[in-house]
Amino acid sequence: MKPRVAVHKFTSCDGCQLAFLNLGEDLLVLSELVEIVHFAEAGPVDPDAQVDIAFVEGSVSTPHEIDRIKRIRTNSRFLITIGACATAGGLQALRNLADGGEWIAEIYARPEHIHSLATSTAISRHVDVDLELWGCPVNGRQVITAIRALLFGVVPQQDRDKVCMECKRQQTVCVMVAKGIPCMGPVTLTGCGAICPRYGRDCYACYGPAENPNTDAIARRFEGLGLLPRDIVRRFEFINNAAPVFADAGKKYHD
Amino acid sequence: MTESRHINIHVPVLARVEGEGALELNIRDRRIDELRLRIYEPPRLFEKFLVGRSYREVPDMVARICGICPVAYQMSAVHAIEQVFGCDPGPWVRAIRRLMYCGEWIESHSLHIHLLAAPDFLGYASAPEMARDFPREVRRGLQLQSLGNELIRLCGGRSVHPVGVCVGGFHHAPAMQEVARLREKLQAAVMDARALVEWTASLDLPDTPQRFTSVALRHEREYPMNEGRLVSDTGLDIAIDEFASHITEHQVPHSTAFHALLDGQPYLAGPLARVNLNRDRMPQSVSEIMRDIGIVFPSSNMFHSIVARAIEIYLAFIEAIRILEDYEVPASPRVSVSPCRGVGYGCTEAPRGLLWHRYELNDAGDVDKATIIPPTSQNQARIEQDLHESLQVYGLDRSDDEIRLFSEKIIRNYDPCISCSTHFLKVDIHRE
Repeated sequence: MKPRVAVHKFTSCDGCQLAFLNLGEDLLVLSELVEIVHFAEAGPVDPDAQVDIAFVEGSVSTPHEIDRIKRIRTNSRFLITIGACATAGGLQALRNLADGGEWIAEIYARPEHIHSLATSTAISRHVDVDLELWGCPVNGRQVITAIRALLFGVVPQQDRDKVCMECKRQQTVCVMVAKGIPCMGPVTLTGCGAICPRYGRDCYACYGPAENPNTDAIARRFEGLGLLPRDIVRRFEFINNAAPVFADAGKKYHD
Repeated sequence: MTESRHINIHVPVLARVEGEGALELNIRDRRIDELRLRIYEPPRLFEKFLVGRSYREVPDMVARICGICPVAYQMSAVHAIEQVFGCDPGPWVRAIRRLMYCGEWIESHSLHIHLLAAPDFLGYASAPEMARDFPREVRRGLQLQSLGNELIRLCGGRSVHPVGVCVGGFHHAPAMQEVARLREKLQAAVMDARALVEWTASLDLPDTPQRFTSVALRHEREYPMNEGRLVSDTGLDIAIDEFASHITEHQVPHSTAFHALLDGQPYLAGPLARVNLNRDRMPQSVSEIMRDIGIVFPSSNMFHSIVARAIEIYLAFIEAIRILEDYEVPASPRVSVSPCRGVGYGCTEAPRGLLWHRYELNDAGDVDKATIIPPTSQNQARIEQDLHESLQVYGLDRSDDEIRLFSEKIIRNYDPCISCSTHFLKVDIHRE
């Protein structure tokens, strides 16, 4: 029997599901290798199916989503989060730093119809997660590599380097050294191909914190480049603002 | 027939739409008692957390509203912010923005036609299933989608949440060699794009004309993407700054997305509305194929949306090739900007329709207030109206399964992009 795969969506932009839908012909190959039993955007709907691999996109931001993720955990052998929302709460976790309930009341005339939590949180805050794929968005290579490894019965390998290393490998001129641009590359996980520095701009940490990132040193470097404390806060409190390493680094520069 | 039949159809998860929605339908004695397109996509409150952020961060933030049309969000945002700063980035930037938008139309429309909509018309549950009987058509579709993604990558580094766009232009100019390579690929596939138009026109589409108002941008010379006035087929002709005085949003209890109405009435935004209002702005080869397929536009058959999407893919190929042929590496891919206080508006044509942004910025160029009205919020009331009318015509005596499938087909036809339909600012609900 072919391994059964589900792709679930929580609070998100749908961009990480495109890692599958943008595979081109490989999508047809994938649908031969595994049985895709739930992937609402692509067609199959069976949210409570027992599966071997469940991919989860999006963060938890409603009471209903807490129930859903618990059911999915029970029904899945491997649970893999894809993207910044599922893995760290996403950009929308910025509400955790404010009064999320008040924001809803300010936007909606009748907030009583909106069933939303005051916070947006990572999947791992609610259930055990077997593998976290970082990135905003994750790309096709990341999801296919993970599936391929699991089909072979081995633990999926992930790139653990920093964006800086990728820049060196590609012989990209360092934007921070050459142009004084406050780049997050020294503390950010690679996997993106260092596209931002290659395009002459700053990395904005969409792949989340790297292993052993020295956030204090980079914050001091940003000070040296003339950034004000609130600008330094913004650097950490961005796409992966609720990743603990970045949340802590940002907090140090709050007034 | 005197028997009373009470049907309660509940589709808890709509398949093959982007985002999360559901349909609730109550039919009592062959009359629709209650019909609700329920959007329960959780709000992410973008308009709130944009406040206090720098103009520099806005393009990367708003991209995250929608993974399928991030370029549209970036385009509406940079145009609005540049209006505040009084900045004109010049012809090179203008052309490359249009090129990037062509990429997004090709990508999003190809995805919708092949992975989301076509299975409906050919009787399959999904594209991989359809591919067993229509391998050539599905492969062609996936290849067109990939070429759209390549165009976005050329301008933005990656196709989902591209990183190349900034206020004032682009961070990076593509190299001549990459441009030449992609131009050749597009030229090699342009006949496929043409064949796609013919294929969609040959599908057995339901034919139930409806009365609806089309609303789209209209540009003085070209088919609209980034610029133009807001027009309708009922006489609307306004600058984008006046959008909010004609189009207002209302909260409905069953949806986290607001319903936008034009002077109190539902209206249609998106590919069919654009083709209906701009058929005289097509390049010649597109006009020719429109004539050859024998479908007359403006069309009042909503199911011609799939044909309109294919026409726009072909148009985007023609436009992209033209821009790539004229391409030159510029001295700088952007102009410098000077932040200042003010209000700016941006309205561009996202693949699924008008996307309107309004920003209030302070002296430093930080956001004081943001309002974003995406296409799906604009089409929601129209979708419910269409369901009401089409289901009556289709026959409420049909089986539950038939009614459910038909309703899903109607909804999918609008390509609702539900994840971006849910973060809208309160308009004054008490204003009558």
